Amino acid sequence: MKQRAAVLGTGQTHHKAKRTDVSMAGLLREAIDRAMTDAQVGWDDIDAVVIGKAPDLFEGVMMPELYLADALGATGKPLLRVHTAGSVGGSTSIVAASLVQSGEHRRVLTVAYEKQSESNAMWALSIPIPFNMPVGAGAGGYFAPHVRSYIRRSGAPEIVGSMVAAKDRRNGSLNPYAHLQQADITVEQVQASQMLWDPIRYDETCPSSDGACAMVIGDEASGDAAGDDVAWIHATSMRTEPTTFARRDQVNPQAGRDAATQLWRDAGITDPLSEVDAAEIYVPFSWFEPMWLENLGFMPEGEGWKLTEAGETALGGQLPVNPSGGVLSTNPIGASGMLRMSEAAKQVMGKAGNYQVDGARKAVGHAYGGGSQYFALWLVGAAKPE
Amino acid sequence: MSRVSVVGFAQSDCVRRTPGTTNGVEMLVPTLAEAFKQTGLSKSDIGFWCSGSSDYLAGRAFSFISAVDAIGAFPPINESHVEMDAAWALYEAWVKIRIGEVDTALVYGFGKSSAGTLRRVLSLQTDPYTVAPLWPDSISIAALQARLGLESGRWSEKDMAEVAARSLADARENPQAQRSGESSVADLLDASMTADPLRAHDIAPITDGASVVILAAEDRARDIVSRPAAITGIEHRVDSPVLGARDLTRSPSTETAGAALDVKDIDVAELHAPFTHQELILRDALGLDDAVRISPSGGVLAGNPMFAAGLSRIGEAARRVMSGDADRALAHATSGPALQQNLVAVMEAQS
Amino acid sequence: MTTEAPPLSEPLEIQFDYTRSLGPVLGRFMTGLAERRIEGVTGSDGRVHVPPVEYDPMTAEPLSKFVEVGQEGTVLTWSWCAEPVAGQPIQRPFAWALIRLDGADTALLHAVDVETPEAIHTGMRVRVRWADEPVGHIRDIAYFLPADAPDDQPPPPTSPPPPAAERADGASVNTVVTPIKLGYEHTVSPEESRYLRALGEGKLIGQRCPKCEKVYLPPRGACPTDGVPTTTEVELPDTAIVTTFCIVNVPFLGQQITPPYVVAYILLDGADIAFLHLVRGCDADEVRMGMRVRAQWRPREEWVTSMRNIAHFEPTGEPDAPYESYAHHL
Repeated sequence: MKQRAAVLGTGQTHHKAKRTDVSMAGLLREAIDRAMTDAQVGWDDIDAVVIGKAPDLFEGVMMPELYLADALGATGKPLLRVHTAGSVGGSTSIVAASLVQSGEHRRVLTVAYEKQSESNAMWALSIPIPFNMPVGAGAGGYFAPHVRSYIRRSGAPEIVGSMVAAKDRRNGSLNPYAHLQQADITVEQVQASQMLWDPIRYDETCPSSDGACAMVIGDEASGDAAGDDVAWIHATSMRTEPTTFARRDQVNPQAGRDAATQLWRDAGITDPLSEVDAAEIYVPFSWFEPMWLENLGFMPEGEGWKLTEAGETALGGQLPVNPSGGVLSTNPIGASGMLRMSEAAKQVMGKAGNYQVDGARKAVGHAYGGGSQYFALWLVGAAKPE
Repeated sequence: MSRVSVVGFAQSDCVRRTPGTTNGVEMLVPTLAEAFKQTGLSKSDIGFWCSGSSDYLAGRAFSFISAVDAIGAFPPINESHVEMDAAWALYEAWVKIRIGEVDTALVYGFGKSSAGTLRRVLSLQTDPYTVAPLWPDSISIAALQARLGLESGRWSEKDMAEVAARSLADARENPQAQRSGESSVADLLDASMTADPLRAHDIAPITDGASVVILAAEDRARDIVSRPAAITGIEHRVDSPVLGARDLTRSPSTETAGAALDVKDIDVAELHAPFTHQELILRDALGLDDAVRISPSGGVLAGNPMFAAGLSRIGEAARRVMSGDADRALAHATSGPALQQNLVAVMEAQS
Repeated sequence: MTTEAPPLSEPLEIQFDYTRSLGPVLGRFMTGLAERRIEGVTGSDGRVHVPPVEYDPMTAEPLSKFVEVGQEGTVLTWSWCAEPVAGQPIQRPFAWALIRLDGADTALLHAVDVETPEAIHTGMRVRVRWADEPVGHIRDIAYFLPADAPDDQPPPPTSPPPPAAERADGASVNTVVTPIKLGYEHTVSPEESRYLRALGEGKLIGQRCPKCEKVYLPPRGACPTDGVPTTTEVELPDTAIVTTFCIVNVPFLGQQITPPYVVAYILLDGADIAFLHLVRGCDADEVRMGMRVRAQWRPREEWVTSMRNIAHFEPTGEPDAPYESYAHHL
C-alpha cells in the first residue's frame, strides 16, 4: 500500500552561466542547505539521498555521487544516482518520493545539478561518432525540425513561440534565483533576435546554466508535523519510448500522452485545464509550451497555441505555465527537471513569492528528456490526497 | 507493503571483448529473450523497467538510451535508469513493487568494459580536484588496499590465492564464465606480481556482458515459478570517498547494510569482490563463517561485466534458491573505488 | 548465410580541458600549492585532512580551519604501477602511495619515484618534488621522492603538465584545468555494418523488421518497437522526401560543417524511417517540407564505409510530395 508523502522543503542555487565561486560540492550544498533549512531538518533527520544529473561527460566525473558522498551527507546512508537524460531531475524526484511512499524511509534528501561551465554541453552532445554524418548541432539542432513539424501541423501563428519566450523571461525576472533577468523583454525583441536553428530563435532558447536544486521529501507524519506549508504528492508517472522508430510521432509522443493519462487518473483529475492551478512544464525551446499543453491533455491536439496566444498561460491567466520563468530562464540541465517539480511544490506551499499563483491548490511538475522520449510528471497539492 | 521475489535471471556469456555495440543491444536481445522464456512472461507483462549502465564505459553521453531498443519499448514503458551497477536498479524496482504501483519489474544491466581502457576510465570516479588529475587506476587503488590488510595481518597472500583458486575451480561449472580452471594455491603464489601486492589471479578480468533479473510481487511470483526467491531484505550504504581518511581494510557500508538485515543461517553468498582481498573484507563485514558457500558461480573473478556484475550476483544467489540448492542466500554488489558503495540482499525460498 | 565479416569499428576519442572552479577550500589549497606550500583543513573531529576536504566525512559540515603541514611524510601503504597509463604523474614504473604528511592526520594519494618495488616500503619517509612551474594544481606536486634521495637525482619522464588556469597577477587560484582524453573503440552492430559496407559500394541497404515489417535504414540490431534484429535486406533508391528540417546558423565547438546549413530528415522512397542529412543545392530558405531530393554522392574514389559518401541531398525539381504522404513520419 502506498504511503502518503510530502515535499517538506525546497532549495535552489542562484543560477548563472558560470558559478566560478564554488566547486561542484559547494554548488550542491547551496541548494541542499536551503532545502534543509526550508524543511527545518538536520542531517540526522535524513535517511537516504537520491541524486540526479545529466551525462557525466558534462563535468568529466564518472558517477560524481561517489566523490560527493561526504558533501551530500550521504556517508553511511543509502545513496542512489538516477540518470534518465533531460528528464532526470523529474525522475530523481519521483524515485526519492517512492522511497518514502514504500515506507522504506521517513525523510529523503534529493538533489540534482549541472555545472555546465566545467565543459561545454554543445560539444558533449555533438561529439562526432564514427561512421555517422556530423550533423549533430546540440539540443537546438535536434529539436528544431520537430518544432517546424508542430507549426506545420497545428497552423500556429509564428509569433506564438516568441510570446512564450517573452512571458517566461518576464516571469524569470520575478524569481530571484533565475539565471536570466529580463523584466522588460518584449515579443518584438524576441522576434528580432537571431535565428539559431531556424525556426528557433536565440531568445526562444534556454540558457546554459550552472545550478542545483534540492528537496526534502517526508512521510505523512513529517508532513503533518510541518503544518500547512508542505506540498502533498498526489500522483507521479514516468514513461519512456525509443528515440526513433518507424512512424514515431515526434511532436506529440505517445510516451508523454501515456504519462499524462496515468497522472490525471491517479490524481483523480478529469479536466486538467480547470482543475490544475499552475504548471511547471519543461520548455527549453519556447514552442514546447504549446506542444506539451497538447501532449499533457490541457488542450486538444493542434490547439495548445491558442491558450498561449490568448495569454492564458501568463501569470493571472487560466493556467499559469512556468511562473518561475521555467527552463527558458534557467537551465542547469540535470537540475532543470527538479526545478519544475520543486517550483510546482512551492506554488501549492504558498512559497513562490513574487510569482505566486493566487490560491494555487494543485500544481503539476513536468520534465522530459532524450529525443522527447523520457517523461516524468508529478502532481502536488496543498491538501492531502484522498 | 508487498514482499517481492526474484522469479527469473539470465545473463550473457562473460567475454573479454564482445563484437557488439556499447549500447549493449546485441547482448541484451538474447538475454531478455532467455529471461522471458524462463518465466513465460512477455514485455507487455512487465509493469516497470529499470536499468544500470555507464556513459563513461561507453564513451558517449546518453549511451543507455539506445539500449531500450532491445526491449522494443513501444507502446511506451514505465522505465527508469541508474548510472550505477544494475543491482541498484533492482533496488529501485523493488521499491516500485513494494509500493504496489506494479506487480512485476524487469531489471537489466550491461557494460562493454573493453571499449576503453577500463582501469584508466575508472580513475574518473575519484575526487576530480585532488585525485582524478593524477589518473590513479582502479587496480593500483585496490592494490593499496590489499597491502594495508597484508601488512596489518588481516589477511595473507595465501588467503588471497585461496579465494582465487576456489573461484576459478567453481567457475568450471558456470558455462558463462570467462575464466575457470583448476589451480593450486602454491602455483598461484609462484606467479609474479602484476600490481604489487596483486598478482593476476587477484584481479577480476575485463569483461563485457549483460544480465537480466525479473521481479514479481509475492502473490504473483508463484504463478510464474514454482519456488520464487523472496527478498527478505535489501540494504545499501556508501562510504566516504576520501581514501586517505578511512580504514580501507574494512567496509563500514557493508557492515551497516548487513547489520540492518538478518544474515544468519545463510547457505550461499554471492559476493561482488573484483579483487581477492575484497572478498575477505566482505566476508568479515557480513560475518559469513566457513559454513557459508561463497560465490559458487565463481564470482566476478570468473567474469566481471561492469554495471551488470552486481545484478548478476543477485541473480546467481536467487537461482540457487529457486533451484532448491539453497534455502537462504545472500547477494552483494559493490561500486566505486576500494569497495566504496555496497548493497546487500537476502533471499529465501518463498513459503 | 555466408561467412560474415566482423562488425566495423573505429577509434573514438573524446577530449576536453575541463575548467573546475574551486570554491574557498580547494582554492586556498591550490593557491598554496602554486606557492609551494601545503595546507590542510581541520575536521570536526580534530583530524587535519590533507588534501583538504570541503565537507567533513563524519558530520558533513563545511570546513574552513586551515593548517600548513610539512612537505615530508610517511608512506602508509603503496602499490606498484608497472605499466603507467597516460596522465599518471610518472611515465615509467613507479609506486602509488598513501602518504601522511607531517602534521596531517589523513593521507594523500600520489606517485613516488623509485626504480623498483624493492626501493619502497611502508613507513618510508618521502618528500615532495615540486613541479618546475607550479600553477595551482594537484600536479604542482610533481611526485614524491624518498626523503634521503639526492637533490640532483635525474627526474623521471612525466606526463605533460596541466594547462594553467587564467588568473590575474597576484590573484588566488580559483580554477584548475583538467584535461581528460579518453580513447574508445566504437563498434557498430552487424546489421549496421552490412549497411555501411554497402554504402562503401554506393548502395543504400535497409532491412525489414521480421515482426512489424517496417523498413529501417540504417538497419537495426533491434527493431525499436519489437526488440528483434531487422533481417530482410531491401535496397533503396537514393531519392527521398524532406519531411522536416532546420537551418543551423549557430557555430559551436567541434562543429565540422560551416554554418549556415540545412539539416533535414530524409525519408528515402520505400523506407519507413527518416534519417538526418544535409540539404544543399538551393538557398536554405528554399528548402521545404515535402521537397523531393536526391543524394549527391562524393566521387567514387572517396567512398568509405560511411554515410559521408553522400555529400548531401539536392532538390530534384519534382513537385513536392503531398503533406499526407509524410505526415505520419513527423
